[in-house]
Amino acid sequence: MTQFDTLTEVQENLKNGAFTCAQMIEAFLERIEKHQNLNAFVEVYAHDARSRATVIDAKLKHGTAGKLAGLVVGLKDNIVYRGHKVTAASKMLEGFESLFSATVVERLLEEDAIIIGRLNCDEFAMGSANKFSHYGPVKNPLNLKKVPGGSSGGSAAAVAAGLCHAALGSDTGGSIRQPASFTGTIGFKPTYGRVSRHGLIAFASSFDQIGPFARSLENINLLYETMAGPDDYDNTVSQKEVETVPPEQNEKPRKIAYFKDALTSEHIDKEVKEATFEFIEDLKAKGHTVTGIEFPLLDYLVPIYYILTTAEASSNLARYDGIHFGYRSENAHDLESTYKLSRTEGFGAEVKRRILLGTFVLSSGYYEAYYGKAQKARRLVSDKTKAIFEEYDFILSPTTPHAAFDISAESTDPTKMYLEDIFTVHANITGIPSVSLPLFQNSKKLPFGMQFSANSFQEADLLNFAKNFINK
Amino acid sequence: MKLSKEEVDKLAHLARLDFSEAEKEAIVNDMDKILGFVDKINELDLEGVEPLIYLSEERNVLRKDEAQDLVTKDEALKNAPDRDTDFFRVPKVLKREEE
Amino acid sequence: MEDILKSYEPVIGLEIHVQLNTASKAYSSDATSYGEEPNSKVSPITLGHPGTLPMLNEGVLESAVKLGVACNCQIREVNEFARKNYFYADLPKGYQITQDKTPICNGGFVEIKDANGADKKINLTRIHMEEDSGKSSHDIDPFNTLIDLNRAGTPLLEIVSEPEFKDGTEAYNYLSEMRKLVRYLDISDGNMEEGSLRCDVNISVKPKGQKEFGTKVEVKNLNSFRNVQKSIDFEIKRQVELIESGGTVTQQTRTFDAGSGKTQVLRAKEDAHDYRYFNEPDLQPVIVKEDYIASVKRNLPALPKELFAKYRKLKLSEYDANLLTESKELASYYEEIIEHTQNYKGAANWIMGSIKSYLNERAASIAEFPLQAKTIAELQILVDAGKVSNSAATGELFKALLEDPEASPSELAQKLNLIQESNEDELMAFVKQALSKYPDKVEAYRNGKKGVQGLFMGEVMKLSKGKADPKVASKLVTQELEK
Repeated sequence: MTQFDTLTEVQENLKNGAFTCAQMIEAFLERIEKHQNLNAFVEVYAHDARSRATVIDAKLKHGTAGKLAGLVVGLKDNIVYRGHKVTAASKMLEGFESLFSATVVERLLEEDAIIIGRLNCDEFAMGSANKFSHYGPVKNPLNLKKVPGGSSGGSAAAVAAGLCHAALGSDTGGSIRQPASFTGTIGFKPTYGRVSRHGLIAFASSFDQIGPFARSLENINLLYETMAGPDDYDNTVSQKEVETVPPEQNEKPRKIAYFKDALTSEHIDKEVKEATFEFIEDLKAKGHTVTGIEFPLLDYLVPIYYILTTAEASSNLARYDGIHFGYRSENAHDLESTYKLSRTEGFGAEVKRRILLGTFVLSSGYYEAYYGKAQKARRLVSDKTKAIFEEYDFILSPTTPHAAFDISAESTDPTKMYLEDIFTVHANITGIPSVSLPLFQNSKKLPFGMQFSANSFQEADLLNFAKNFINK
Repeated sequence: MKLSKEEVDKLAHLARLDFSEAEKEAIVNDMDKILGFVDKINELDLEGVEPLIYLSEERNVLRKDEAQDLVTKDEALKNAPDRDTDFFRVPKVLKREEE
Repeated sequence: MEDILKSYEPVIGLEIHVQLNTASKAYSSDATSYGEEPNSKVSPITLGHPGTLPMLNEGVLESAVKLGVACNCQIREVNEFARKNYFYADLPKGYQITQDKTPICNGGFVEIKDANGADKKINLTRIHMEEDSGKSSHDIDPFNTLIDLNRAGTPLLEIVSEPEFKDGTEAYNYLSEMRKLVRYLDISDGNMEEGSLRCDVNISVKPKGQKEFGTKVEVKNLNSFRNVQKSIDFEIKRQVELIESGGTVTQQTRTFDAGSGKTQVLRAKEDAHDYRYFNEPDLQPVIVKEDYIASVKRNLPALPKELFAKYRKLKLSEYDANLLTESKELASYYEEIIEHTQNYKGAANWIMGSIKSYLNERAASIAEFPLQAKTIAELQILVDAGKVSNSAATGELFKALLEDPEASPSELAQKLNLIQESNEDELMAFVKQALSKYPDKVEAYRNGKKGVQGLFMGEVMKLSKGKADPKVASKLVTQELEK
């Protein structure tokens, strides 16, 4: 009952009585239990899911069920759900219960999706391996010794292991697409401003977007269309109408660009490189124009990303102070010690590092040299990208420079991890929509994905184009 | 660029974080590597470039001035680490506080 | 001392925070409030809960533009918001959303009177929008600081003046003018005691003629206009005395102790806070265009300055004009009276006399005054027509109307027998009658005993049953006696 990758199949079975939602939920709960070793779930809403399932079974009988009836979804532990705990995988939010639900959660519930639990991730979404979590690392279901990617590692693992139909994650520098690549799932980041951030625990305000993980494009599209669109609670949401993905496949030849220098970079794994070039030939054979172009700003993408996101994060995380909610140190004996002890004990090392960096780049004397410059560099990247889309429909790259690495791999150099994001950050810097498609496997049977990006607000076209490579 | 321990202290204080001496060593080294990494941005010629500040093109997103009762007092205080019936509580040193 | 003071020039600037009276907060829709149960007027946004985002209140923008127009400021077209980052117990997000490099108003001025009553213009540097913090109380619980977030997020306008004040009196007058203005514009209660208007002072002194400024001292936590005034006057003297005795003024923050009348150190100079201002990424810029400003201008109420000028033109004294424009409500009451009568002075006297005493006795405001402006106008019309004497109008008739506010003054005057007889023919009959009653007194008058006029006046009043208009009666009596 848990094996279906598309909602259509699920709804067919529900319709013809092969099983009920209630039965399906039991099957999922059992499966989740069996795969506890993945450490994908932080909390399972067994009781909630069971009662929702009963309600939805009744609605299905009466023909009043919503579009997403039968869809079982997990939420990344940084998307708030009223009356439920949420911690951003941090000790700093231990015990915190949200007073409201994220807009995306409300929209999913309105259409009768069932939320089965909250999913592990890197603390405050900062990380690329889901190793920086208060709850411990998540294991890649395809190889338990490997990371699932991050920061939405739990979401990717849960979907890959069939513990739910789909999951929501968040993507600030690749945190949906990179884990999708490592786990062989589809991960999609919409255009910045397409999906409301109301209820997403903020990491970097001008980079964050919520997006879906799934095993089928059908489910990706359904979730995207349900969540996207104007919202009264997020000032940055676009008022542009959300186009639905056309049902017919678009087979006409398209113009695709890739960054020449990216594929010759020393950071990229040989197999990934070869697979990418093969894929490019394949695309050409199908009639598409695929051109390697210059993108001289490639080396600056990750530095821009780190300067700007840590700056915004250092400010966004100032509210975690042990005063009004969240963790407070036992040893707090006055205001200053409440701040310092609570934050020092509550945050993990990576978060603290990023807060420090962010504080530094905003501090007086350094603002212009780092933050000011990075904002200008962002303009350059954005302008260059707009120019590219005047000539091309899509930008192609491997999602990640290699497949999943070992959980046990340690590095003393924090910047090593930064280069994981080298292909994904571009979409967050510019705000463009981007999807990772699970198209390849390396010689060790580990998946890695191909990433397509389109111009802002061209999701419908992008997701439609993806149908050329994924047939469900 | 290399940050001194004093500068790390200043930053830590601004961010209300405490580091042990050993941790500070590690941080000075980490920051060194990180800043070395992001320093790359100085290679760019950014003369006359307008900073990109707002990714969204929306303007004048305003809300009507209407009051709503959104949460009760108990809900507001529910997550407080320490509270009495009405207030959030923070321990204080028994001396005159400013402001 | 006076001479020494005269050889120094104080350089004083005021920073005012005005709390706006919008229904909801600056960036969230929980209600603004005062005196409510702690932590009962908040929202997840105000609490700074994870996942919350600000949403700008259009009322804040409107209030800011209203004030900017009223002060002749330049209104900025592209408005952006910034985060001011610092940690304090009553600042739930760990930053305040304010405006840094792009204040909504630049320049502008406010007209006041200086210590000698001469006109003076105080120029403004800027006005910008921001949000208030919550309240921490340190004195209720001996072991804890208690935090109430009701006030957090309340919209504020920060008004920064140029450093052009010369003494405490000017500051006092400026604050009065600002309070009047925000009340006229109906954007704030402007009440310093309740905290809806706050003032910080920046003050330094330098020897006259010196170009370099002296060291600046900040005075905060002032809770009345009078204390602002006193603290400035004290601080000028303190700084001058210090310099004269060979000392130097230290940069510091001080408060004013009303009991001793002195300023005291609150905290010594600290390293300037590094607020790490950067553009607020969660709020999109707000574009204020000419047509918006024009529509705000069109809908502005008449302002105190305009009304003052108008009343002076109507030949009211400065004193009268000032009193009448004290509050918008009083002025609009007056405006209504003079819609019905052109006796501007008479109408003013009603307000400054009978009405004011009535209100003062009850500590009430004009809004609570039971009589309509039209009624007062009718009273004045009766007096001007000679139908009722002024003393009857302000006395018995006024009192009677207060008991029966819906009654018509002329009907009530009839009922109470207060209508004066001013018809000359009618009165002439009484005068002739009176004169014929005391022919010997007439003789006496004609022989120089002018005092007997009183006797005849009395007789005429008796004959007319008290209704004779004394002015007319007196004229006729004199006329007849002088024949």
